[in-house]
Amino acid sequence: MTSKDSNIGLRQYLDSGGQLVQPLPSHINHRTQLIALYQTLVITRLFDEAAVNLQRTGQLGTYAQSRGQEAIGCAIGKAMLADDVFIPYYRDIATQIQRGVLLEEILLYWGGDERGSCFSQQKHDFPLCVPIATQFCHAIGVAFALKQRKKNNVAVVTGGDGATSKGDFYEALNIAGAMSLPCLFVINNNQWAISVPVQQQTAAKTIAHKAYAAGVAACQIDGNDPIAMLIGVKQALKQIRHDGKPFFIEAVSYRICNHTTADDATRYMQQKALQEAEQKEPLIRYKKFLRQYQDWNDEDDSELYQACQLTVDQAIEHYKNTKPQADGDFFDYMYQDLPADLAQQKQQFLDDLNRHE
Amino acid sequence: MNELTMIEAINQALNNQMRANDQLFILGEDVGANGGVFRATDGLQNEFGMQRVFDTPLAESAIVGMAIGMASQGLTPVAEIQFMGFIYPAIDQILNHAARLRNRTRGRLSCPLVIRAPFGGGIHAPEHHSESTESIFAHIPGLRVVIPSSPARAYGLLVAAIQDPDPVIFLEPKRIYRDGKQAIEDDGSALPLDSCFLLREGIDISLISWGAMIKETLEAATLLAKKGIDVEVIDVATIKPLDINSIIDSVKKTGRCIIAHEAAKTCGLGAEISALLAEKSITALLAPIQRVTGYDTVMPMFKNEQHYMPSSQRIIQAAIHAMEYR
Ligand SMILES: Cc1ncc(C[n+]2csc(CCOP(=O)(O)OP(=O)(O)O)c2C)c(N)n1
Ligand SMILES: [Mg+2]
Repeated sequence: MTSKDSNIGLRQYLDSGGQLVQPLPSHINHRTQLIALYQTLVITRLFDEAAVNLQRTGQLGTYAQSRGQEAIGCAIGKAMLADDVFIPYYRDIATQIQRGVLLEEILLYWGGDERGSCFSQQKHDFPLCVPIATQFCHAIGVAFALKQRKKNNVAVVTGGDGATSKGDFYEALNIAGAMSLPCLFVINNNQWAISVPVQQQTAAKTIAHKAYAAGVAACQIDGNDPIAMLIGVKQALKQIRHDGKPFFIEAVSYRICNHTTADDATRYMQQKALQEAEQKEPLIRYKKFLRQYQDWNDEDDSELYQACQLTVDQAIEHYKNTKPQADGDFFDYMYQDLPADLAQQKQQFLDDLNRHE
Repeated sequence: MNELTMIEAINQALNNQMRANDQLFILGEDVGANGGVFRATDGLQNEFGMQRVFDTPLAESAIVGMAIGMASQGLTPVAEIQFMGFIYPAIDQILNHAARLRNRTRGRLSCPLVIRAPFGGGIHAPEHHSESTESIFAHIPGLRVVIPSSPARAYGLLVAAIQDPDPVIFLEPKRIYRDGKQAIEDDGSALPLDSCFLLREGIDISLISWGAMIKETLEAATLLAKKGIDVEVIDVATIKPLDINSIIDSVKKTGRCIIAHEAAKTCGLGAEISALLAEKSITALLAPIQRVTGYDTVMPMFKNEQHYMPSSQRIIQAAIHAMEYR
């Protein structure tokens, strides 16, 4: 992983048939660890499907699926240390789940409730970021703070391929390089920014090439390969902890779903490309791998699916049973202390509410 | 004459002006094959080609900066910003360049461009998709800021915006994109960019609003009529430059004024209208001017957005209060 090699090649351990294309390093070869990774992939997939169903039945707002891109987020979640800081974008529920954000909190967020960003079990990660690419700038600030406190931790920030067209992305990357900040950039290149294909987004040979201009070491990983992603993110974090410099990963995946539940990809995505991508998606591949190399059988598989489904179902129950916020809560977090003029507005709001009920 | 929704009327106006002006270009995110996330540009790339209707990479500052460059050389760019919440990266270009190019060059260069953006709450959208920050733009000298409130006004005002020689921020109240249809003659006729629209005549109170909030103001007016209160409703529509004279004329007649807007109260456009009324016609007022607005908070996420947005009930209550002054 050096910035010298500008011939970026896609790193892979598992081909789309789940066959190892190179031997697993010894630190990653434990059955429990490999199955734990699978479990995170499955729970993310099941949660995703449940969220779409909730949206379709009017119980959730617009939701951004991560179908087909789960390997990226799961690997990040598994590789990070608890004290590292995660600065996500909206398609990062896989990592959020690994970082201790509760499933019901994720549902609250997409259900239009601010408490979904008030993580009860996770104190320092950022909430999901919607204004594209702005999060990259926060990440370098977080990295600066970590460095300042002489903590050997890393700020991990994610974004999409489309996000790499925006100034904030280049600005943050450049500063990370110039100031030598412990920041890991992971780009989910899912080939689409809503309806715009990545080929129309940039003439750069790869997204990883963009890092070179900023003097930031980079590599490109098969984002549908959970093993390659896990090893790649672990190595990158290790290197950052060692030399304190930023690193950049382009994870190549495919968005085998609509952009969000408000989108209709059939308007712009060719059926053939989608079908091809579905052959390469991470869950099928990983299951084949476990079957071949870890004696994983159908019974094991359905047991794991059932356990994960139960977890998801319980979270949905919690979500549905969550009491609404108190009336006027939206005034209370504007400042540490409610200023007098806002307190008046709040009182007026409550009076009006009572009068009209 | 076709019956069109507001979003269809916008599409129709774009189509009409694309036919009338072969130097008109549409640029933005997802405006091509996808036809815009709300379908405002649906079918336009098919009809006019990839050269004239094109998807840009994801870069709002560059979209507006590029439009400025195009406009300076005689093209007519119509840029779409996908949601108002994502226009802020382009504020630098809008404020420092689009609004100033004519003045800086003493008229040698100018900036005839339109920036369209959907705005406002009420559609259960995700975070950052529901704010109303029109007064940020109204504060910038050199811009026109236009907000339609019906399909017909969307058509006529967009045609006017495209034909105007200066930069126009065209804000589309997405809550009413598909809220009812109106018969529209696709004849390319423009509406004026410098006058309010009188939507309902009345003698007791002048109710001033714009955009989606017109729905609540008209509703309130109907209900108030049943209580014997006769409300005049004015759609400001062109919030910058502001046609204050029409508002003053109305207030001179009614002696009472309520301004309703979805945006936060402090420094919202209601403050400007109120100040102008105080300056120019304070003696005509029988009652204090009232503003019924969003609160000075972040727009709540959608579970609570209805608590933020002014209801017809709040407008009615203000009207009843105003009538206590005689
Ligand atoms: C600054 C900004 N502009 C536009 C949008 C609207 N928008 C939301 S997602 C998206 C496409 C993002 O594509 P990409 O970065 O590739 O991420 P992906 O959704 O594919 O994971 C756009 C244009 C936004 N949220 N923020
Ligand atoms: Mg993408």
